[in-house]
Amino acid sequence: MSRYPLAIALLVMAVLLALLFASITLAGHDAARALRALLSGSVGSWYAFTSVTLVRTVPLILGGLAVAVAFRAGVWNIGVEGQILAGAAACTAIGMSVAGWPAGVALVVLLLGGAAAGAAWAGIAAVLRHRFGVLEVISTIMLNFVALYGVGYLVRGPLQEPLGIYPQSPELAAALWLPRLVPGTRLHWGLVVAVVAALGLWWFLSRTASGFRIRAAGASPSAARSAGEIDVARTAGTAFLISGALAGLAGAIEVTGVTFALYETISPGYGYTAIAVALLARLDPLLILFSGLLFGALEAGAGAMQRDAGVPSVMVSVITATIILAVLAARTRRGVPA
Amino acid sequence: MSDALSPFLEATIRTATPLALAALGESIVERAGLINIGLEGAIISGAFGAFVGAQVAGGAGVGMLAGALAGALTSAIFAVFAVGLRADQIITGTAITLLALGLTGTLYRLMSGTATTVSAIPMLSPVVLPGLSSIPLIGRALFAQPVITYLLYLAVPAAWWWSTRTHAGLALRAVGERPEAAAAAGIPTRRVHWAALLVGGMLGGLGGATLVLAQAGTFVEGMSAGRGFIAIAIVALGRWHPVGVALAAVLFGAASALQYLFQSMGWTLPYQLFLAFPYVLTLLALAGAAGRAVPPAALGRAAPAGS
Repeated sequence: MSRYPLAIALLVMAVLLALLFASITLAGHDAARALRALLSGSVGSWYAFTSVTLVRTVPLILGGLAVAVAFRAGVWNIGVEGQILAGAAACTAIGMSVAGWPAGVALVVLLLGGAAAGAAWAGIAAVLRHRFGVLEVISTIMLNFVALYGVGYLVRGPLQEPLGIYPQSPELAAALWLPRLVPGTRLHWGLVVAVVAALGLWWFLSRTASGFRIRAAGASPSAARSAGEIDVARTAGTAFLISGALAGLAGAIEVTGVTFALYETISPGYGYTAIAVALLARLDPLLILFSGLLFGALEAGAGAMQRDAGVPSVMVSVITATIILAVLAARTRRGVPA
Repeated sequence: MSDALSPFLEATIRTATPLALAALGESIVERAGLINIGLEGAIISGAFGAFVGAQVAGGAGVGMLAGALAGALTSAIFAVFAVGLRADQIITGTAITLLALGLTGTLYRLMSGTATTVSAIPMLSPVVLPGLSSIPLIGRALFAQPVITYLLYLAVPAAWWWSTRTHAGLALRAVGERPEAAAAAGIPTRRVHWAALLVGGMLGGLGGATLVLAQAGTFVEGMSAGRGFIAIAIVALGRWHPVGVALAAVLFGAASALQYLFQSMGWTLPYQLFLAFPYVLTLLALAGAAGRAVPPAALGRAAPAGS
């Protein structure tokens, strides 16, 4: 029964990738050179691996975890992108007003503030879902746009740098920067935070009662309600807030570890790539460490491909989408309704 | 006052047209029990298809057709996964949107990479209906629009008539409410799903084509700018009814056109607030419509196996 559509699905994906590479060649680019740039820009050197690939891996792991905990609970949080922006904005705002605090304390406050803002941004969608029955798929996407324009306003208004020329915030004091993890590279301690978050989420989901409730509520809300006496609405709300907090933390880490200031373009779609990261890892927090690394390398390589071979880096979304579709096709083939 | 209102109302209908086209299509899809988040992808594909079609053929009419075709093709990919493989509709739709945004962006950059100037494409010019367009205040807003807007005026009552008065329309709604019962009654649910998605994609593609051929006059990466998602919200706000959907689209057109009204009144507000306003309004409107709107019973659920 399902063999026939699967063949079509695989064919569609093959045609898409062939179309992509054919158009790269037709447009006068050297496809082999593009591929070489993809590799050398991601894993070709120690610097590329640590300063580009791993740096990009951090928000993808945290974003992937955010997507995973929500999807596990049956909450379709497509709003990780907006929650990252909310976290980045709050972290910057707090960073402007903690002058004179002990550096370590201030940094922790910044990261927690980012997480809280991400959770609050997700909380809007959670309230809309539970109180008003608004589909979170729609509300979180709407909130992504509101966050994007909100940050656009902040960096031209209340949070703009003192000269008032550039659409960005002033730079954070150096005491508020996340320390470098590997000297001589741009890799920061955010990677450790991301790995700890993955281990923590794995432990939470597989070893605690709350984690079990989340998985049960996601697997079958009606069974969880009747057989498990689980408050499904409350459980989904908890997962939604954890998801937002992880995304907000990712935003705060980008500000304190990578950009040191708030920009409109601080997230090049991390929140959307995170969906692919989570799905490829089958929503497993430990596997997300690896799928996050894969997509981090892919994005790093795509940047190099655009610089060195002139191939637009937006084609990464095509690859991301193809991977999501491949995962769906493979899952449904095993008879699991994906 | 009417000096300020007329351009505002014209802009309202202009912005509402692509939203209404896409939302009308999505309402048919949702009536059949599917939710196609990939609508955003159909719109951007339609925009790109229209741009290429109009440029190659040198005519806006061909551009519209190419846009409709590109939208239908995008929805067909969604159908392969969501209907054919019964994969999760939300995840499939998200992937389709990413795919279409990435593919159109890549192809556009590859196409324009060698050219130094943006080549002009033929556009759909407004057709001023004599008589009707001289009605005070609303005349020009309603009756000095491109031909696609007039087609929309016809499509709304036609969709209402089709879905409530024809056998096929009732079959579509039966599939969306009780797929198992519909299948038992001999309705080919899969074929209904496919047909609804192709029509929905076509209308989404036409919406994207309208953006290019009646408004921007060129293709811009990511120019769909979330209209697909707003259209899905409009469907819920319009309670899955063609007339309700059209009115909700006009409301959002007005929200987006508000900046013109403010400009002509001499009020100033940060530009980003205007950009964010339609999205905020969507959230408020959905919260306000809560409880009163009843979605099709099988919305978003995978169709029964073997139907």
